[in-house]
Amino acid sequence: MAGLLGIEHLTRVEIQEILDRARDFQPAPGQSFKRFDLLRGRTVVNLFFEASTRTRTSFEIAAKRLGADAVSITAQASSVSKGESLVDTLNTLAAMRPDAIVMRHAASGAPHFLQRHLGIPIINAGDGTHEHPTQALLDARTILDRGKPLEGARVAIIGDIAHSRVARSNVYLLSKFGAQIVLCGPAALLPRELEHLAPGVTLTTNMNEAIRDADVIMMLRVQLERQHESAFPAGEYYRFYGLRLEHLKLAKNDAIVMHPGPINRGREISSEVADSQRSAILNQVENGISVRMAVLERVLGGENRPSANPENAGEGAAGNPAAEKNADGEAHVGAAH
Amino acid sequence: MSALLIKNGRVIDPAAGRDGIADVWIEEGIVKGVGPGLAPSDATVFDATGLIVAPGFIDMHVHLREPGFEHAETIESGSRAAAAGGFTSICPMPNTSPVNDSATVTSYIVEKARRHAIVNVFPIGAITKGSAGEELAAIGSMKEAGAVAISDDGRPVMNARVMRRAMECARSFGLPVINHCEDLHLSAGGDMQEGLESVRLGLRGIPGVSEEVMVARDILLAELTGARYHVAHISSKHSVEMVGFAKLRGLSVTAEITPHHFALADTDMRPYDSNYKMKPPLRSVADVEKMIEGVVDGAIDAIATDHAPHAGSEKMQEFEQCPFGILGLETAIGLSLERLFHSGRITLVHLVRLFTANPAWILNLGHVERGPARGTLASGSAGDVTVFSTEREWTYDVNKSFSRSRNSPFDGKKFRGGPVATIVGGQIVWQAT
Repeated sequence: MAGLLGIEHLTRVEIQEILDRARDFQPAPGQSFKRFDLLRGRTVVNLFFEASTRTRTSFEIAAKRLGADAVSITAQASSVSKGESLVDTLNTLAAMRPDAIVMRHAASGAPHFLQRHLGIPIINAGDGTHEHPTQALLDARTILDRGKPLEGARVAIIGDIAHSRVARSNVYLLSKFGAQIVLCGPAALLPRELEHLAPGVTLTTNMNEAIRDADVIMMLRVQLERQHESAFPAGEYYRFYGLRLEHLKLAKNDAIVMHPGPINRGREISSEVADSQRSAILNQVENGISVRMAVLERVLGGENRPSANPENAGEGAAGNPAAEKNADGEAHVGAAH
Repeated sequence: MSALLIKNGRVIDPAAGRDGIADVWIEEGIVKGVGPGLAPSDATVFDATGLIVAPGFIDMHVHLREPGFEHAETIESGSRAAAAGGFTSICPMPNTSPVNDSATVTSYIVEKARRHAIVNVFPIGAITKGSAGEELAAIGSMKEAGAVAISDDGRPVMNARVMRRAMECARSFGLPVINHCEDLHLSAGGDMQEGLESVRLGLRGIPGVSEEVMVARDILLAELTGARYHVAHISSKHSVEMVGFAKLRGLSVTAEITPHHFALADTDMRPYDSNYKMKPPLRSVADVEKMIEGVVDGAIDAIATDHAPHAGSEKMQEFEQCPFGILGLETAIGLSLERLFHSGRITLVHLVRLFTANPAWILNLGHVERGPARGTLASGSAGDVTVFSTEREWTYDVNKSFSRSRNSPFDGKKFRGGPVATIVGGQIVWQAT
């Protein structure tokens, strides 16, 4: 496997394998995550060009649970702020021979562009308004854990669909498993073309219609930072698209509420719903780690295979004098753990 | 100066109503005669047997990047790319640095071209100072210095009142007004055609309507002012309908299309490859079909490349950071033959007209002020000739381009037919190897 750039081009079988493997990594109830030594000696660089606490931490913990060395770099601390181009930044990191780069970037397609020019597998941790594959995987794992089959499930995704990478990845994944997906949001944030994104997708601007008989309600964060103008009357969003307790009556009795976080209480979801029994939000966070472990294992090949360059084996790049020199030479990159 | 005799080619000169095997005799840079069996003494002979001999092709929309952006292109390098693409005359847009908004800059370009360019260069001046869309540029002085049209290409005049004044002014100087039609509010932030592909790729869309509302506005202003108005790089279906409508009303409204807008649709893009990023964006398959229909039925008058070189570093970035525009000069004839002629949509005579008689008419290049007439091989006109083949097979290698830049989506593409020789003022300035 080259890397993981998105869900769109994965097969249902590949997705199922990741979801199944993630289950092996889930801790027993009340236990902490177990440590596996599957990726000992491997190095994973988490390169985050966009602020993120949970995804970065989740990838970092996942890598460490697998025994890999994980280094996290944030754009603010890196040479990006000194005007270095994306390609140069990545080439510099690639010269340090990590085994994979986990990357988040505000530009759609940034990891795809880089994958064409770099030999190192890239795991997309969210690119602009395009895809966020591990989010969709952990969402699917969470739905399955609640005993709901994906096949035939009615899933309402509500919010700023146009700018949501979470929505896109979820649409691709759920559609491959035969779910019925209802996308809902203000018209300006719900391009009509979405209906043709994948089989099984319908659109509505009416929230009640979206929630009726739903098995799963996925709320999206109101992405104020991605909106360049007001697409909906300010102050009316919560009234028409905020999830409140009364909405849940329209859904199936055992419907669950999900949210990729971080949540804006009172903006897209009420506190009562976020904290209710129906909420699976914290399960999502927990599954983030096990799903990302499964992805890292898959991308890095698992089985603690020695890397191609024997000098890199054992303690990874740290044991390689050349890499060390690079690391020193590029100390300004400012690795932040 | 010696004479040149282009022998035995199929001479297609739509302006003169000629299509048949003939010889073309050029002396002192001027066409002396066209006909069968010409035999002037002391002439260099170019054997054009099996080839098409046409008036020199005119590209009325290029970016030569000089002055100001010489790392991407110069007047000289751009002219060499033009010659290699079969063009004998090119019209650089004014978005240089400084902007060509004064006679000083126009004269600089004309002078620089006289010394370094291997094809004719007819500059296009700005509509407004700095192309900022507010105050009119020195339109009359630029015309005197050699500008053949005005345009704020890339930075469309958003203020309709300013556009009205520009049209009135241009009309009095006999210059066409060329607009890059884009309502900047509707297209704001967009990187590609708005549609399923942009939704799928998570890229912000540029709707077709951002072009269409501008075309509509400008056609109404052209009627009001009586100006000669030309739509640059038309791309969206309703734009073509409206230009056709304007022509039916007898307005002096014309339009050009780039080869990439009839050769590629948004679905042909390689995802996040900036060599497919340009303005207007590659439109939908339905738009592309409508563009070809527009060429066939005459709503679209000319083919222009919008040759837009960008240095490699500028195009090697995140898609949304990359500048708009692609190279076009060297692939224009090949793409036009493939999509319009070999596909059976238009005749060769029609194709030649789109590159010669029509742009020459739009830009008034037959006018005595600009020297001998262009766009025709009639006796007394400029000795500019494009010799091309409809059959020669060749492959485009962008790394061998004469341009200083490499931003083409057609690298590695195989073509059937293309330029064979480019003759400017009776001199062979480029020849296929």
